[in-house]
Amino acid sequence: MLEKMKEIISEQLSVDADTITENSNFKDDLAADSLDLFELVMALEDEYSVEIPAEDLQNLLTVGEVMNYLKEKGVE
Amino acid sequence: MKTVIIGTGSFAPPRVVTNDDLAEIVDTSDEWIRTRTGIVQRRISEGPGTTWMAAEAAKRALEDAGVKPEEIDIIIAATTTADYCFPSTACEVQGILGAGNAVGYDVSAACSGFIFAMHTMDALIKTGTYSTGLVIGVDNLSKNVDWSDRSTCVLFGDGAGAAVVKASESGDRGLICGKVGSDGSKASVLTCQARSMENFLTGRKPEPGYIAMEGQEVFKFAVKKVPECVDSLLRNAGTDIGAVKYLVLHQANYRICESIAKRLKISMDKIPMNIDRYGNTSGATIPILLDELNQQGNLCRGDKLVLAGFGAGLTWGAMLVEW
Repeated sequence: MLEKMKEIISEQLSVDADTITENSNFKDDLAADSLDLFELVMALEDEYSVEIPAEDLQNLLTVGEVMNYLKEKGVE
Repeated sequence: MKTVIIGTGSFAPPRVVTNDDLAEIVDTSDEWIRTRTGIVQRRISEGPGTTWMAAEAAKRALEDAGVKPEEIDIIIAATTTADYCFPSTACEVQGILGAGNAVGYDVSAACSGFIFAMHTMDALIKTGTYSTGLVIGVDNLSKNVDWSDRSTCVLFGDGAGAAVVKASESGDRGLICGKVGSDGSKASVLTCQARSMENFLTGRKPEPGYIAMEGQEVFKFAVKKVPECVDSLLRNAGTDIGAVKYLVLHQANYRICESIAKRLKISMDKIPMNIDRYGNTSGATIPILLDELNQQGNLCRGDKLVLAGFGAGLTWGAMLVEW
């Protein structure tokens, strides 16, 4: 999943995929602002056919947290 | 029968409010506002409101069209910020213009208002009931903004735009087709409550309402729904986005427009922008932008334009026009 996530994040946030790790913090390490995160959420929703409501997004600060969140939602 | 736009006009209050001005009243900055919204300044009314702006825009549109007020037989104003609960903005404008032969009323569809008003006008023109119409998009959101809420107060401005239309039985020019939609199940994501329900039985005085927005929901809605609506409109018309010169898109946020462009696979060159100078003027953004394109000479006979809006309701709509 990490490889796919890196690909999506790198495209949406225009960052080099090699710099992305599970510990990357979207705001601090990947320089994403709230609107970038909305775009990312939409890309993830399209890719994994899940819905990520705004209140859940507030608790998803790192790449790893998003991966755990998606796994809890049944994404493999 | 075709509905042809024969003149445009727009107006905004003279007072310019910059991002730096706002940084003095709420915790924000020019850099923050520019990078997240594309807004540099907006116009804010210092007194006169919706009717004043609507009438000024209407006068300019009539002059551009070479139409006299008494020739108008219908006025439809799109607004959610009328000066009065009644009379309607359209009736007030009728009075100011001296358009004694017209009927006037308002429609309410927030930021999609101008598209809804034009869609209604087009349907009425096609019945043959009316032949010369005035469509106005106007909003005075500065009075509905909570000026202590930094997440919303930086976004909006005041303004008005208008278009004069005429019924035409000849040629290809005019509104080719339109499509509007709404989803009331998402009504709560973007609201501005009217005066609260209080009376002598409740024993309390009514309170005014303010704009409240769930940013992520609105963003997702706009970025998904607008491309879907535009694609379906163009498919129905048997054409595609390649044939369209400009997508005249509601100016809510530069980044939303960019995302919509990305999804439609078009360059931002096709989406004229003026949000930097006006902010989001709700129902007025599309007619103001259309008027600017028209006055700058950027619209030539035969050009195909798509006008598209989205906003509270939730509502959305698009319209294919041959200039």
